[in-house]
Amino acid sequence: MSIFQFFRRKPTASVARERLQILLAHERSTFGKSDLIARLQEEILAVIRRHLDIDPDKVQIKLDRGNHVSTLEIDVEVPLTPAERVA
Amino acid sequence: MAKVVVVTSGKGGVGKTTSTAAIGAALAQTGAKVVVVDFDVGLRNLDLVMGAERRVVFDLINVIQGDAKLHQALIRDKRLENLSILPASQTRDKDALTSDGVAKVIADLREKFDWVLCDSPAGIERGPAMAMHHADIAIVVTNPEVSSVRDSDRIIGLLDSKTERAQRGERVEKHLLLTRYDPVRAARGDMLKVEDVLDILSIPLLGIIPESQEVLKASNVGIPVTLNNPDTAPARAYQDAVRRLLGEKIDIVIPQERRSFVDRLFGRRVA
Repeated sequence: MSIFQFFRRKPTASVARERLQILLAHERSTFGKSDLIARLQEEILAVIRRHLDIDPDKVQIKLDRGNHVSTLEIDVEVPLTPAERVA
Repeated sequence: MAKVVVVTSGKGGVGKTTSTAAIGAALAQTGAKVVVVDFDVGLRNLDLVMGAERRVVFDLINVIQGDAKLHQALIRDKRLENLSILPASQTRDKDALTSDGVAKVIADLREKFDWVLCDSPAGIERGPAMAMHHADIAIVVTNPEVSSVRDSDRIIGLLDSKTERAQRGERVEKHLLLTRYDPVRAARGDMLKVEDVLDILSIPLLGIIPESQEVLKASNVGIPVTLNNPDTAPARAYQDAVRRLLGEKIDIVIPQERRSFVDRLFGRRVA
């Protein structure tokens, strides 16, 4: 190791600290998000079910976080009514 | 009012069992009635670290399944009569830890003891979830090392969402216990500093246990480090942690090993 490299050397502990801060900021939002999605799914399902008889597995909820806009996508498959089925 | 404490970490090998034994013994030395409970079903070790491995007859799973009474499974420590151990099963599967069974055992232990210390297995699955579920207080054991800090962060998230207290809208009191800390390497910039770990995890610090050969010496002979050699650096660090747990305000210092003249002469490092 040359004398220049010796002085330029960044302590490994500060590298560790930075890596952890970036990683954990990401992981915290991911795990927090999955809880939110589960709760949303449950509550949206309950509201729809008051009016329509739907299959709980036919409700898809997706949350996309962008830098500028975040979107919440709700996809509900509504079953055919008996009259529609005959037709 | 009894307190239930979980000693947890996510990552394995950071010192949960050592810390459970050391803190349990130091708490018992204050005169409190203490039980240490091993939740690591299939890989029990608390009995070994406490030197009670040859006195295990019944275990936690036997009690949960009704094959033994709680008092039959409790082992009284040979050195401190107000300290007991409830061993884990070495042969059964961890699925034998039922929610209702664990709830009943913890409720019964709350009646008999002032402190119930639960030694959690590593991981985030059923065993650790059972160990933390009834906790009032959590001691998060962390090494100053990236994977340990990351796993501790995960565990803190679980303590805030999956425990009985969290589900009731209350909080589990969380404390950080930094173990295997080497102040020389931290000062050199080769190890995360205390402040780094505190900044990242943002929970209050209960104590700093320095890296020390005394910890291994104590487990070799099956005596908690706080009893085996109470005047050594890690033992004093655990004693301070216990005093903080009891509500005393003591400044955080990193206990150093006393170095002999010969060691100093040859510049030998302790750890």
